Amino acid sequence: MYSDWFFILLFVVIVPVLAVAPMMMNRMMGPHKPNPIKQQTYECGIETVGDSWVQFKVQYYIYALVFVIFDIEAVFLFPVAAAYGVLNWFAIGATLLFILLLADGLAYAWGRGVLKWI
Amino acid sequence: MTFLTFLTSLTSEQVVFILASILTIGAALVVVTNRNLFHAALALMASFLGVAGIYITLDAGFLAAAQLLVYIGAISILIIFAIMVTRRMMQVSESPFNSQRGLGFFVAVAGFLIVAVVILQWFGGEAFAAKPPVAPAVLSNAVAALGVSFVNPNAFALPFIVISILLLAALIGAIYIAWPRQRIDPAEDEA
Amino acid sequence: MPPVTIEWYVALSVILFLIGSMGVLLRRNAIILFMSIEMMLNSANLLFVAFARYLGDLDGQVLVFFVITVAAAEVAVGLALIVAIFRTKHSINIDEINLMKG
Repeated sequence: MYSDWFFILLFVVIVPVLAVAPMMMNRMMGPHKPNPIKQQTYECGIETVGDSWVQFKVQYYIYALVFVIFDIEAVFLFPVAAAYGVLNWFAIGATLLFILLLADGLAYAWGRGVLKWI
Repeated sequence: MTFLTFLTSLTSEQVVFILASILTIGAALVVVTNRNLFHAALALMASFLGVAGIYITLDAGFLAAAQLLVYIGAISILIIFAIMVTRRMMQVSESPFNSQRGLGFFVAVAGFLIVAVVILQWFGGEAFAAKPPVAPAVLSNAVAALGVSFVNPNAFALPFIVISILLLAALIGAIYIAWPRQRIDPAEDEA
Repeated sequence: MPPVTIEWYVALSVILFLIGSMGVLLRRNAIILFMSIEMMLNSANLLFVAFARYLGDLDGQVLVFFVITVAAAEVAVGLALIVAIFRTKHSINIDEINLMKG
């Protein structure tokens, strides 16, 4: 029953091991001799002032937003595409209307300058 | 030794269900209790992953993939970007709970007790048996069947179109709300 | 150990919903509120899929897609509102967001 998902399980098991093992090996095998100069944030350059967590531009949030909307469009279109062989003209018209309505949103975002990289 | 025999008596379905529920509920508790917003967002992703595992036990493979794609790949990223844009909340000195915590805690515990009593009474019943079997042909055609019912006028064609209008409204509205107004607040541009 | 029946899924869904509602009721950070709402919608999805599987009907899965879409639209507009509120008030503490205008 779950044989189809066996490879996903393999990924779930192996990928964390691959991510953690180099860090553990680094910690175990590397020499550990700290001194004050080595512990500085920057070896050359001045210390940062205040919080290093800078505020991002709102534009990044809007990129993510456009991505979310069109990600969902892809999730809806995938089953329709899988059923393409048995669709009638009404179904294809409905799908085209779906795509065109979302293309309106893309045109609005484009006209607003959202897609321009800053 | 009895624990070992208990473990070996579990079916694969039970093992997957138990592991996925532990991941889901544990990560959800971390989301609600953690003070660090960023860690809460990562725990939210783990919780969504657990729900995807539950979908796999329910033979809904495409939904599990959609869960990964939409919730973990898109919505969590959106939440993390919103955390980055609204910084300052990374300072975790003040209390994470709101001013109505007493009343809210009372309501939450009362709701939990009511539902727990109902579930505990219900668990003895025989309303539903084990899962009915599904033919392999139905499983392999599940995605196409979903697609057919999306665009079938006798099924979900109208909600399918309405959903696209909803997405359009959300896209335009969210861009309109979040887009910075340089004319009013020129300092925002340098932020 | 009894076999996995629908009660297990209902119990898991209810627990997830209650954890999400506790997050909504207790936390003061607006983004945590949105995360909790997403968890509550996920618990509803879980019930839809479980009953679709046990009743042998695919319509429940179709509804899950619509719920996912509504959740994404809600979180997109809601977080845009949070970003806009943060820009004017420099806070996303829900105890301070108590004016309809301002």
